[in-house]
Amino acid sequence: MSRDIKVNVCMGTGGIAGGGTEVLDAFHLEFQKNGLGGEVGKRCKAGKVGCRGFCAKDVLVDITIDDTTSTYQHVKVKMVSRLVKEHIIGGTPVSDWLVKEDYNDFHSRQKKIVLANCGKIDPEKIEAYLEVGGYESIKKALDMSPEELREVVKKSGLRGRGGAGFPTGLKWELCAANKENPKYVICNADEGDPGAFMDRSVVEGNPHSIIEGMCIGAYAVGSHFGYVYIRAEYPLAVERLEMALEQALEHGFLGKNIHNSGFDFDVKVKLGAGAFVCGEETALIASIEGERGMPRAKPPFPANKGLWGKPTIINNVETWANLPPIIQNGADWYAAIGSEKSKGTKVFALTGKINNTGLIEVPMGIKLRDIIFDIGGGIEGGRLLKAVQTGGPSGGCIPQAHIDMKVDYDSLTEIGSMMGSGGMVVLDETDCMVNISKFFLEFTQSESCGKCIPCRIGTKRMLEILTRITEGEGREGDIELLLDLGNDVKETSLCGLGMSAPNPVLSTVRYFRHEYEAHINHKHCPAKVCRKLLTYFIRQDLCVGCGACAKTCPTGAASGKKKKPHRIDTSSCIKCGACFDVCKTKAVLKE
Amino acid sequence: MDTADIERLEEIHRHYTKTNGNAISVLQGIQEEFGYLPVETMRWFSKESGIPESKFFGIATFYSQFYLKPRGKNIVTACCGTVCHVKGAHRVISRIVDELKLKKNQNTTKDKLFTLEKVNCIGACSIAPVVVINKKVTGMMTPGKIARELKKISGEKK
Repeated sequence: MSRDIKVNVCMGTGGIAGGGTEVLDAFHLEFQKNGLGGEVGKRCKAGKVGCRGFCAKDVLVDITIDDTTSTYQHVKVKMVSRLVKEHIIGGTPVSDWLVKEDYNDFHSRQKKIVLANCGKIDPEKIEAYLEVGGYESIKKALDMSPEELREVVKKSGLRGRGGAGFPTGLKWELCAANKENPKYVICNADEGDPGAFMDRSVVEGNPHSIIEGMCIGAYAVGSHFGYVYIRAEYPLAVERLEMALEQALEHGFLGKNIHNSGFDFDVKVKLGAGAFVCGEETALIASIEGERGMPRAKPPFPANKGLWGKPTIINNVETWANLPPIIQNGADWYAAIGSEKSKGTKVFALTGKINNTGLIEVPMGIKLRDIIFDIGGGIEGGRLLKAVQTGGPSGGCIPQAHIDMKVDYDSLTEIGSMMGSGGMVVLDETDCMVNISKFFLEFTQSESCGKCIPCRIGTKRMLEILTRITEGEGREGDIELLLDLGNDVKETSLCGLGMSAPNPVLSTVRYFRHEYEAHINHKHCPAKVCRKLLTYFIRQDLCVGCGACAKTCPTGAASGKKKKPHRIDTSSCIKCGACFDVCKTKAVLKE
Repeated sequence: MDTADIERLEEIHRHYTKTNGNAISVLQGIQEEFGYLPVETMRWFSKESGIPESKFFGIATFYSQFYLKPRGKNIVTACCGTVCHVKGAHRVISRIVDELKLKKNQNTTKDKLFTLEKVNCIGACSIAPVVVINKKVTGMMTPGKIARELKKISGEKK
């Protein structure tokens, strides 16, 4: 009897951190031990796949026998031998460890275009991509004229997935219309927003789709050379991308005379050196040129004057990855998905205080409620939803009251947030909105390149005010000052970083002004987050006198006799919260 | 710098002249070879290539990837992303600072055993808070857990 057996282990960054490598090794070992290589079938293999999306359930393992696939969650090394014995040899899935209903709920509301093959195919093998129809779109594209191709992209309604949502077809048209040569295409994979990992997952899970997309774009505008600018902090993504480029070259999907069309195109990888501002297109170009990554004023836009002063199109990873399916299935197919002005799907990194964290792809225009409660499975620990933060440091917070809003470019901008690259961080009642906006401002302030004054100094002053407020030194008029400064920074900064840096502050003031007022007027942090506004104490009836707090307390403020309830001396307490963290009986409280 | 160092630099110079590198790639090359960017190496390169020293320094101080001081044997990278932040990264970080006895603005221990670095986000948000110790990603960090991990390493390497 010969059966086709396939074991797929999730090996994205999340999967590897969860022990994916060890699990994969364990499968190999068990296969050897049981002589599966010989008897059951020579096709038996354990392979790597990219991110499966549902990171909260890592390590996820698919076992496919003939055409039936079973998925297991939270797989650990010690579970592997039973899986092999009962499922692979015995033929009966281990039902206790299979994914539960929430796994299906997580997937049923999604629509996967960009992520369709992420987690299904081995990202390190071009054959796997070819098997699912990879590089068919470039063949189709090369049979069209560049004009026809641009027309398809325009008609599809695809907008840039990097954040601002500029129509991709229009950008290409501008670049193609420029008579100057050579032209360049760039893939922006400098994903720097904290809490966002969509692009990394696409590069790790299906690097060939990006290369194919870039190839299509290059043909459409008449470029023969491209760069992928990618964060050095993503070593696995870089490795897989380089591997994919080599394979594409070998198979003739890059290089000279692609598919005998006479069209040449080559791609080089450029590693980012760690500067958030390099996600801004003109800064990114400066960085590729070997300069400090500082943005410059636009216009001229890169489509006219970009890399080395030549016409350049820059699109984000997700935008590029959307192109092969658009060419394959046609503009009408794509334009039928999504809302009126936002077509297609959007990938989000759904994280924070939510049950089902992970990578999701949803049609544009889906209700926020559906994302949070249907896909996300609701709030962790049954707590109450407070807000959803989108767009990272450039975006804003959507309060619980707007949970029924549509998620697309225009609705998000209207509400004072933005699509951004796709980070979606869920905040619950235990999160302090003043603290969150301070967190983002700390980020943008330190990442400000310093070229223009509003951003360099404005964000600094705003941060000082916020710090003051969270430390109980807030003054009357601070909120108005923040709003004033914020609007000025927004209106007068040179690039997108500065223009959007005040968003987290402005949107939290708009929806959570009462929290700011509590901090300023009552020196009180309603969510009990801002340390300097808290008092720590020990509930005498809950304390068992284990001494853990006294041992960890850096100032000796927590003390007491062994086996007797301890106390915290508020005058010497520096409010570090160490006692709160170590107390096993939850007797340490903060107020 | 001794002659061996200069030979290493000459090799880097040859490589980047051949591959048409730019100032950033040169600095990346030096750092890969030396572990950080010793000031003398940048001076040497400036003389050799005719690129002003200020340009090298400008780049080295702009990008967070470059280090002007030697780093420790073990690199502890704490993720400061949004999710790590709301899930208590600051408590983990202050525990690391305590454990390693780091002073303000100091990020490498005196014995050069550890360097603490912060990164904006490594994108492993589902297992936040995350700390990367010598390239190994460890999630669901707590102050207690990180203290144990650090002790394990300092015990091993001493």
